[in-house]
Amino acid sequence: MTSSKIEIPGEVKSDPAALMASLQLMPSPVPNPEIKYTKIFINNEWQDSVSGKVFPVYNPATGEQICEVQEADKADVDKAVQAARLAFSLGSVWRRMDASERGRLLSKLADLVERDSVYLATIESLDSGKPFLPTLFVDLQGTIKTLRYFAGYADKIHGTSIPMDGEYLTFTRYEPIGVCGQIVPWNFPLMMTAWKLGPALACGNTVVLKPAEETPLTCLYMAALIKEAGFPPGVINILPGFGPTAGAAIASHMGIDKVAFTGSTEVGKLIQEAAGKSNLKRVTLELGGKNPNIIFADADLDLAVEEAHQGVFFNAGQCCTAGSRIYVEEPIYDEFVRRSVERAKRRIVGSPFDPMTEQGPQISREHQSRVLEFIQSGITEGAKLECGGKALGLKGFFIEPTVFSNVRDDMRIAREEIFGPVQQIMKFKTIDEVIERANNSDYGLVAAVFTKDISKAMTISSAMQAGTVWINCFNALSTQCPFGGYKMSGNGRELGENGLKEYSEVKTITIKMVAKNS
Amino acid sequence: MTRAEMVLSALFYQSRCTRNDVLTFLMFQLFINNEWQDAVSGKTFPTINPASGEVICQVAEADEADVEKAVKAASNAFRLGSPWRRMDASHRGLLLNRLADAIERDAAYLAELETLDNGKPYAVAYAVDLPTVVKCLRYYAGWADKWEGKTIPIDGDYFCYTRHEPVGVCGQIIPWNFPLLMQAWKLGPALATGNTVVMKVAEQTPLTALYVASLIKEVGFPEGVVNILPGMGPTAGAAIARHMDVDKVAFTGSTEVGHLIQQASGSSNLKKVTLELGGKSPNIILSDADMEYAVEQSHFALFFNQGQCCCAGSRTYVQADVYDEFVERSVERAKKRVVGDPFDLKTEQGPQIDQEQFNKILGYISSGKREGAKLMCGGGIAADRGYFIQPTVFGDVQDNMTIAREEIFGPVMQILKFKTLEEVVTRANDTKYGLAAAVFTKDIDKANYVSSGLRAGTVWINCYDVFGAQAPFGGYKASGVGRELGQYGLDNYTEVKTVNTVPIKNLFSALVVCLLHTSLPLCTVLSAAVFPPKNDKKAKFLLFSTKKFNLQNA
Repeated sequence: MTSSKIEIPGEVKSDPAALMASLQLMPSPVPNPEIKYTKIFINNEWQDSVSGKVFPVYNPATGEQICEVQEADKADVDKAVQAARLAFSLGSVWRRMDASERGRLLSKLADLVERDSVYLATIESLDSGKPFLPTLFVDLQGTIKTLRYFAGYADKIHGTSIPMDGEYLTFTRYEPIGVCGQIVPWNFPLMMTAWKLGPALACGNTVVLKPAEETPLTCLYMAALIKEAGFPPGVINILPGFGPTAGAAIASHMGIDKVAFTGSTEVGKLIQEAAGKSNLKRVTLELGGKNPNIIFADADLDLAVEEAHQGVFFNAGQCCTAGSRIYVEEPIYDEFVRRSVERAKRRIVGSPFDPMTEQGPQISREHQSRVLEFIQSGITEGAKLECGGKALGLKGFFIEPTVFSNVRDDMRIAREEIFGPVQQIMKFKTIDEVIERANNSDYGLVAAVFTKDISKAMTISSAMQAGTVWINCFNALSTQCPFGGYKMSGNGRELGENGLKEYSEVKTITIKMVAKNS
Repeated sequence: MTRAEMVLSALFYQSRCTRNDVLTFLMFQLFINNEWQDAVSGKTFPTINPASGEVICQVAEADEADVEKAVKAASNAFRLGSPWRRMDASHRGLLLNRLADAIERDAAYLAELETLDNGKPYAVAYAVDLPTVVKCLRYYAGWADKWEGKTIPIDGDYFCYTRHEPVGVCGQIIPWNFPLLMQAWKLGPALATGNTVVMKVAEQTPLTALYVASLIKEVGFPEGVVNILPGMGPTAGAAIARHMDVDKVAFTGSTEVGHLIQQASGSSNLKKVTLELGGKSPNIILSDADMEYAVEQSHFALFFNQGQCCCAGSRTYVQADVYDEFVERSVERAKKRVVGDPFDLKTEQGPQIDQEQFNKILGYISSGKREGAKLMCGGGIAADRGYFIQPTVFGDVQDNMTIAREEIFGPVMQILKFKTLEEVVTRANDTKYGLAAAVFTKDIDKANYVSSGLRAGTVWINCYDVFGAQAPFGGYKASGVGRELGQYGLDNYTEVKTVNTVPIKNLFSALVVCLLHTSLPLCTVLSAAVFPPKNDKKAKFLLFSTKKFNLQNA
């Protein structure tokens, strides 16, 4: 497929007739999808929890229960770690496997996810409330591409041979770390699973993975595909459960060599503490953000308004990358606010299975209340509520697209991560000022700048304390490009070649030589 | 219809991917722009089954005019804005992966066709050549979106980065000894990096490459990206090597022709040249080696693929104290080698590729006898039709004999005696070639000494002919230029572009540079650009500094 021919659903929408026509051609969700897997996946087998406990999983669009899932706790984590350790033991099938064969298995997994992508997207929508079509085009494609990308890397993780001083021959090997605990969030359940599994498996590790308690279903289905693809038993173990119990057991486990966590900064700190208190396991964290999106007066205004809108409202605002501090240059501030409000008012909120829907519900009742409370604080602290601000509908956890103008940097809505459909628009005058204000945050995940001036773009992009900077675009994530946070937005990088380093130990091997020559 | 043609049709019929007669016919044409075409001249040439000497079928014969057409197609496919140039790198990888899948699907058929056209035992074609082809393509599929440029902390306030761009139209000329595998070695890196290809396949073995062409079309490569031309070296090959619009040429074949390719590049457009040429590779057996294992490996090193390997271990150096036993066992092993019908699953050795090679090898065997080497076994023709030669072993070979210096490319093993490590390294390196080498020993120090002392692109320790798509391969000295396979293989197909930009903030540093070079007029222009008149405070200061600086210099 050539880039020029890719039809982006968002672009089609400008022509309602064409949109309706194209929607006819789009895949439809699976009606009344059967939920096949609700147990714990250890050693390629489905198991009940040791405690016998289960927990309910809800559809956030209706608040109704979908099913019950086995609840993993410490005892189950112990079992999973044992399986993962055995799978990682010297001489095991997994350790003896050619690197290219590991890649082949990942590639097969990608093919299987592709085969079942409509079903998976349906379940993902049902369980997380995200609209079906974006799930199919963004989440599922992202999952498939990530698995394929790391499949290709399996036999390309090169060590080096080193011209060391003295009569020696030295070379390095990149070896897997061992058993990796992986804790994934609910905002992109399947894609975050792929981000975690891809590099871990390409490098030859074994995995104990905990999906979020809100959204375990697609991850469990993926477990079935993992088995079908032919991964040896124990290489991947998937344990649905809660953070304070199963998650904490992973973080503090003495038999886990590395833990990777994606979620809130608050929990990220607990993970690092637990590693410090237990076995100094390696820690990578991908945490929150309060990301600045800087719009200069010379920017293409239509593009900037739309990208800034998508940048904060995408996935009902539940993105760590959300561009939730929009800094707009003074001369265009009023116009930018006017257009942004107009755009937000047009945003279609509704059933995730309606093809016209742009925004589904928030993930849970609790989260909905949290976002509404942030909105209240904005009003109280004196920001101007331009539109939205309320819960929407009688059932489900929907919130109106909300825009605040006249936001000051010291307000809570400008400092804390809201993780909801709430846009903050601020005004700035000079480039030096906006650099300082944008960087004045505990976070440093992403930043964006909109301008036609290459010099401003380069100046901002090098000045931002952020792991990713987008120029005239937003959320342009791709499996080839590393992603992760400065400061309290995280440790380490996922994706790209950098992502592999986080799952490798380097071993330096030095051999005494008799008579060295160059 | 000749008997061979009937066999061929039967093969097509039996294969899982049965093609209709029309396609069967079309596949003996040239493949240009995803279309099957006759040669401009209308000429054809016969391709021969070396096991019987019979003609299999006629194949269109490409010449200069056809190369011209193919290069036009490839240039067009490479033009800025073309589907191929606009394609995501990951999608190039996906296409290569799909090609690997299609070849895997049709592996049994391709192996049969390879055996028919080339004479290599079917069991080997199916179990070695085909899986290796698939793995090679998958390996490079993975590289497509991982071939990263760098950002570079250049001095000054400039922003500097490199892009890895495709070279352009690549001419690729491949040999007959591993037709499918050499095709994959060439296509994998060239396509992963986004080049377009004009490939000439050997006139002895065009059939599998043409079938792969049909798969290339099937999996969806845009037209013109890969063009495949069966033809002769002096005509089609030469036309590629000297073509002004071919940006790079890669050749695998004899050292003699390698010289011609590089000359043609020099006298035309200085196209980039990579060469993978001949060898006379030393295989060194130390007295502490596991004897049984070393004998078997050395036998395999030389006789594999009827001896038709550029990396054949054709100088077996054996330490004096185990020499006699080694020769005795090697002869015993060679006598046991099963020569015969390549479709018989017990067959270890099929025919040589053609009459010319057959005669040449027999000539080398006579020269060995004439120059005083001791013929231990074989030495003659092995069947009354086809190009079969008996597995042949020479003992008491001296370094200056023709059979110890020249590449025989046949089932003829030379065993030489040595005493010390220093001596054997010197003798092993005393050749114009430097493709591969091996050492057999249990002693890690000896292994390290020999492996670092040998002037060869690949050294095997206690093994031979170990290839992986991940590991680079290529020659020192007259064995070649550049490396194929591995990440190194991508270099051959890449132009590095360095991009430097000067942002406004950095126009300031350009200003400083100008100041240092006392170019006042340019300084004035630049400072006006950096500091527009309303921001005159800084500008005045800078202009003042400029004057001061110039005054000081004056």
